[in-house]
Amino acid sequence: MTDMAFKADPAPTQRWWQRRAVRRFLRHRLALFGLAIIVLLVLACVIGPYLLPFDDLYIDLRARFAPPMTGSHIFGTDPLGRDLAARLFMAGRISLLVGFAAMLISTVFGSLVGIVAGYYGGKIGAVLMRFVDAMLSFPSIFLLLALAAFIKPSPIMITLIIAATSWMEITRIVEAEIKSLRERDFIMAARTLGLSNSQIMFRELLPNAMGPIIVAATLTVARAILLEAYVSFLGYGIQPPLPSWGNMLNGAQQYLDSAPWLAIVPGVAITLAVTGFNFVGDGLRDALDARSDIA
Amino acid sequence: MLRFLFGRLWQSLVLLVIVSMIGFAVLTLAPGGPLSQFALTPGMTQAQLARIAHQMGLDRPLPVQYWEWFTRLLQGDWGRSYRDNQPVLSVIYDHLLATLLLMGTSTVISVLIGTWVGVLGALKRYSIFDYAATVGAMVALSIPTFWFGLIAIYLFALRLGWLPAGNMYTIGDGSVLDYAVHLIMPSLVLALVNVAVWSRYMRTAVLDVMNQDFVRTARAKGLTRWAVLTRHILRNALVPMITLLGLQLPTILGGALVTETVFTWPGMGRLFLDSLGYSDYPVVMGLLMLSAILVLIGNLMADVTVAIIDPRIRLG
Repeated sequence: MTDMAFKADPAPTQRWWQRRAVRRFLRHRLALFGLAIIVLLVLACVIGPYLLPFDDLYIDLRARFAPPMTGSHIFGTDPLGRDLAARLFMAGRISLLVGFAAMLISTVFGSLVGIVAGYYGGKIGAVLMRFVDAMLSFPSIFLLLALAAFIKPSPIMITLIIAATSWMEITRIVEAEIKSLRERDFIMAARTLGLSNSQIMFRELLPNAMGPIIVAATLTVARAILLEAYVSFLGYGIQPPLPSWGNMLNGAQQYLDSAPWLAIVPGVAITLAVTGFNFVGDGLRDALDARSDIA
Repeated sequence: MLRFLFGRLWQSLVLLVIVSMIGFAVLTLAPGGPLSQFALTPGMTQAQLARIAHQMGLDRPLPVQYWEWFTRLLQGDWGRSYRDNQPVLSVIYDHLLATLLLMGTSTVISVLIGTWVGVLGALKRYSIFDYAATVGAMVALSIPTFWFGLIAIYLFALRLGWLPAGNMYTIGDGSVLDYAVHLIMPSLVLALVNVAVWSRYMRTAVLDVMNQDFVRTARAKGLTRWAVLTRHILRNALVPMITLLGLQLPTILGGALVTETVFTWPGMGRLFLDSLGYSDYPVVMGLLMLSAILVLIGNLMADVTVAIIDPRIRLG
């Protein structure tokens, strides 16, 4: 068996950026725009706090409610006189990190369940997919809030709870994909060669389902950032003084008349980040799906 | 048809059982569980806690507890609110109509706008309008509903003063017009996301139908463009939209929760948040279960409607 090498033909010499999917993605203007937004936001959140003369937790009661562009407060200050820009960038670190981490967890878990359900099908598949259907029957915000209210909120717990309420879409996508791949000839060949179930699932099926998974994962980041904002806005997410884009908006409504920038600034940041990921996800879908037409 | 109906009904019942298990798990796995409210009482001893647990039946095996809880649920006994000792169902009922009013209005608005944006986008494919609608829909899907609500309040209530900033009616007024004025902003804010989703799907559905043979036949026999559009294209494109409406229900309900908070709308969403604040678990559980049950019923109704309209579904 050892000298029976089933080596694939050496791939045509092609760099990764010359691949068709990459070329299609690079021609997608909105996706590139989205990517630019994300890169800029990440850079601002990583570098920003070092460039600003203020600390995100420094309270200056003499400088309360300063409107944007007063002195070196580019976005103004909050009710405690803390610099809004400094808080925005620190909050961005938390919000983006929670979004990414929740995406990773829910993508891995959702794909696993989807592969198992799609590959084995039958009773196992039916039970797993009915569970997915049942989870999807709950409005995710209700479920998220109920869990967050029961559990002591910390960034890690919030991430886990968001992941726990957003893996089902990925499972559905992966299950459908695996089900259709399972009947193809190359899987029969793999079986004939005596590959084990786990080898077929993870070496043969998973790489072929990677396209839809990547698209779904990108859109899940957008969704996770939104969900974090919702829970934190309602007071059950990331707890102050640790800033997040959601909890910065938490107190903004009562100052809406006198200090509207408190609401506008973090909201624009959330919208930009989520739009960026949605654009990139859409571009990836067009690039990875050979059937889709590209304008 | 009967066979289809029973099959679909059976599926929904199975889902209801799984949904109830998830709900029960959330309630039971919570730290402290139903006991946590008593544990906070000053001077509460471990022995007293154990006695309360015994009285509430919390020391019995989990499957027994679940069965008891589930059969009560089916009989309409959803427990009593910790806050005012009212039956959970009647507490929820007081808020249900407000939420249904908001969701209903918003859904009608989003279906009307979304359908036409989608149809126009499909008819004038790759035009500036189509491009703007595509980008607009994606941005709309990215705006947090509550933030959009805040901005709307800032503009139309605080700056322009055209619309009330919140609540369902003015105390002492309560005429139909008064309700309508209060309904405008929250229902439009809630509609934004659904217009985006709806117009995207509608565009695809119309594009699917537009190039089929029966549309060409309808054109060939000399029908006006309008007649072809409304009688042939729209009628067929709207069928899958009914299923979509069912699938969108959890999102609309969740959106209603957030919108109600921002606009102090006295619906289920506000009740949910208030109950969370008071650790009123029976009401929280009741709302969680009811929202899932509403979604199940909505999906069932959507599927049955589609089956009545489209005979191909029943055979499949």
